Amino acid sequence: MKEFPTIKQMLTSMAAGETQPSDWTRQSLTNIQKIDGKIGAFLRVNEEQALIHARQLDEMAVRWRKNLVSPSDSTRDLFGIPYALKDNMCTKGVGTTAASRILENYIPPYSATVAEKLTQANGVMVGKTNLDEFAMGSSTENSAFQKTHNPHHLNRVPGGSSGGSAAAVAAGMVPFALGSDTGGSIRQPAAFCGVIGVKPTYGRVSRFGLIAFASSLDQIGPIARTVEDVALVLRQISGHDPLDSTSAPASTEDFTRSLTGEVKELRIGVVRDMNAEGVNDQVKAAIDKAISVLSDAGAQVVEVTLPHSAYAVASYYLVAPAEASSNLARYDGVRYGRRVEGETLLEMYEKTRSEGFGLEVKRRIIIGTYALSSGYYDAYYKRAQQMRTLIRQDFDDAFQKCDVIAMPTAPSPAFAFGEKSADPLQMYLEDIFTIPANLAGLPGISLPCGVSDEGLPIGLQLLGKAFDESTVLRAAYGYEQLRGFVMPFPHGLEG
Amino acid sequence: MEFETVIGLEVHVELNTDTKIFCGCKTSFGNPPNTHVCPVCTGQPGSLPVLNERAVNMAVKAALALHCQINQDCKFDRKNYFYPDLPKGYQISQYDQPIGEHGYLEIDHNGERKRIGIARLHLEEDAGKSQHAADGSHTLVDYNRTGVPLMEIVSEPDIRTPEEARLYLEGIREIMQYCDVSDCRMEEGSLRCDANISLRPVGQQEFGQKTELKNINSFRFVQRGLEYEEQRQREVLAAGGTVRQETRRFDELSQTTLSMRSKEEAHDYRYFPEPDLVRLHIDDAWLAQIRATVPELPMEKRDRYIRQYQLPAYDAGVLTSDLAIGEYFEATVAAGAEPKAASNWVMGDLLGYLNGRGEVLADSRVTPGQLADLIAMIAEGTLSIKQAKDVFKIMCETGRDAKTVVQEEGMEQISDMAALVPLVDEVLAKNSKSVQDFLSGKEKALGALIGQVMKATKGQANPGVVNQILRDRLSALRVEE
Ligand SMILES: [Zn+2]
Repeated sequence: MKEFPTIKQMLTSMAAGETQPSDWTRQSLTNIQKIDGKIGAFLRVNEEQALIHARQLDEMAVRWRKNLVSPSDSTRDLFGIPYALKDNMCTKGVGTTAASRILENYIPPYSATVAEKLTQANGVMVGKTNLDEFAMGSSTENSAFQKTHNPHHLNRVPGGSSGGSAAAVAAGMVPFALGSDTGGSIRQPAAFCGVIGVKPTYGRVSRFGLIAFASSLDQIGPIARTVEDVALVLRQISGHDPLDSTSAPASTEDFTRSLTGEVKELRIGVVRDMNAEGVNDQVKAAIDKAISVLSDAGAQVVEVTLPHSAYAVASYYLVAPAEASSNLARYDGVRYGRRVEGETLLEMYEKTRSEGFGLEVKRRIIIGTYALSSGYYDAYYKRAQQMRTLIRQDFDDAFQKCDVIAMPTAPSPAFAFGEKSADPLQMYLEDIFTIPANLAGLPGISLPCGVSDEGLPIGLQLLGKAFDESTVLRAAYGYEQLRGFVMPFPHGLEG
Repeated sequence: MEFETVIGLEVHVELNTDTKIFCGCKTSFGNPPNTHVCPVCTGQPGSLPVLNERAVNMAVKAALALHCQINQDCKFDRKNYFYPDLPKGYQISQYDQPIGEHGYLEIDHNGERKRIGIARLHLEEDAGKSQHAADGSHTLVDYNRTGVPLMEIVSEPDIRTPEEARLYLEGIREIMQYCDVSDCRMEEGSLRCDANISLRPVGQQEFGQKTELKNINSFRFVQRGLEYEEQRQREVLAAGGTVRQETRRFDELSQTTLSMRSKEEAHDYRYFPEPDLVRLHIDDAWLAQIRATVPELPMEKRDRYIRQYQLPAYDAGVLTSDLAIGEYFEATVAAGAEPKAASNWVMGDLLGYLNGRGEVLADSRVTPGQLADLIAMIAEGTLSIKQAKDVFKIMCETGRDAKTVVQEEGMEQISDMAALVPLVDEVLAKNSKSVQDFLSGKEKALGALIGQVMKATKGQANPGVVNQILRDRLSALRVEE
């Protein structure tokens, strides 16, 4: 099985005429065919359409090569690069399920803005990846359709909810994929699978066409194998979208410019009060090591505090389910998706939703409905929102003293199937380090910083100020250059 | 025991924007089902709302016209409930921060002006329409109306009679039409009204048990339905009974109200701020811009007509009942017509002609300038009132101006002495009996002689001039005798 080089390397090779777009798409499809039977990253492979698209690009490539490669021409940044989308992003004419039975046969009449943007950038969509149903989960075990296995250890989960996207990238089936992050759903699977995942600032990337889980927290971001690759993809998908009122007016940036390799004057915040009980020793050691690598290179390590982060998980598990309970009301069997007939309207609703939704989704709808009920609203939803303000304030204060904050992405490396799914609370604690950034709307990245004794990747998380992805990426790139180890490619997946 | 009636109205007004409140679909009425729909207004997974700025402009304009305080910083909320015509499972509405609050509307009733408080005015999206099969086997839903911008206007419980309720509702319609934010057609559902009514013993502070009246689909029925309900409640209370809290509907056929359902099981709409929209901030410049578009309101205009044109209150009321009528009237006056004459012509002949044909003012072929010319011709004595009415009819039918009609139809009044004197002499010569009667003191004989002259001129002679000539001639004859 052939590994993908970096996006830049593929572009250079295509510009030189050594390869053409359909070669890369074919490589992606071949790899999927060979190994996805073991991984289960894809819910749908778009083989035929992807090849047709790639061949069209082959013709364009001939013309394109004749012209000078223009670095400012963003239509070439992802030219002919195959990719995958998490299956909660709508693709016109291509089934989109959110890994739920209720949308099993749903074919969207329109495409998400991110899908449109990647098409405009001439990327080739090869398929849709698995996730926890409606992105609710941290292991992808909540998918209604299949399990996704961690490419580094097939008995382990890939993390979630973007487990399919992270596994697809980690196993070399696509050079990059998009995920969505509501409470850590890009960063945690990236950490578990040994790849890089970015959760952009809330409002940086349009949510139009992203099947909503929790509207005020959801954000789409890239997953790839190098910092440079995620920076290239992020540039393509960012920017104001008139179809998303919550998308920020900020236009996109060329994030690759900040990848200088220089970390000297960077101030790295380390949170001393964010308690690490329950954090795996190997994770602790790997993070400490990563921080000392940066500090040895001249970065300044400063202590910061995030006193309200202790309440982050509790706040999150009120806000997110509350919004979800309302966002998922539209799946009623009336207009699209699964319908189970009943004698009365109410019976149709009840049967449709009982059969269409999985256990975790139902649990969150019930929690959310309760949190919004009259008489409980002030005690739960409103207080949780107030807590968000305090958490945001904590970060504002911390970022007075530092440029990025470093911490683990997850408390432990990838766990085994079934290890946490029996106890929702255990599973919810998986997100303890990732949730604060969602509540505060801040950008974050997870990148590999080590491997456990069992050969499982460990992720370093770096968080930044709102709309300061540049600094986050600069720090991440600096570390990537310095870290002195290469994330081993998962082996033994073929045959 | 004497009872006092307490009524509050909840009015829904569809705004006449071109496109829906959260998507680009057209709002037009009466199209084949589900032809003006898109991913947003059918609640497809992943779709997001984007607020239509024009809907905000219109709502603020209406709120200003209703003397509301504008909440320049407000938000939208989700009202959660399940129904097939509600595609997202929630309605985007405004809960605790309506765009306008604490306003009022004035009505004139029995010669007195009364102020009805407006508690709130908020912006929301309309739902679709369900069509239930007669046999109950299925329901079809049309989402064309889904997402049409809607204002909910809630009155204070300040209304005391069913007639006041009708006047209030008509006042709302007038103001909305003046502001050009809605056509307010009850039959098309662009204005909908629910009423709460309760009775309490005179002097009692707390409200009695209320019933809610729904399904009122005409202005007349608002009054009729409430009158019936008022009477029904009075009888219940007088008999020592208690009014049940329930929703009733007005039944056109029997002209009564019928119970729809008793107090629905308490509905928890689980309102919370709509996370897909940012807060709505209307800055001072924007507000000033909207304020500048608020026209003179019907009540202000009515008062001005009485003051400025010395019109009777009745005339002022009719002329201001519709923006176009007032504009037509004022244009006629501006073209030189005497106000009361202009008012008579507009209210009488013009509206009479149009109403008779089921037309509206915009259909009129007679311009205000042409009407002013016609009125001038009467004042100058060129036309008699009776002639003018005939001329006007032709003007309405052909669109030609008064002078042209008079010329072409040969309807000009003859006031020329030189032309009339020989005619008078001829009549005198032929009617010696009448002449004798007049000379012997029978004044009435003069009328017969005038009639003869008019007949000889096919009515075109100026009766005043004829009268003068006849008197001159006859007094000359008297002297001769
Ligand atoms: Zn629409």
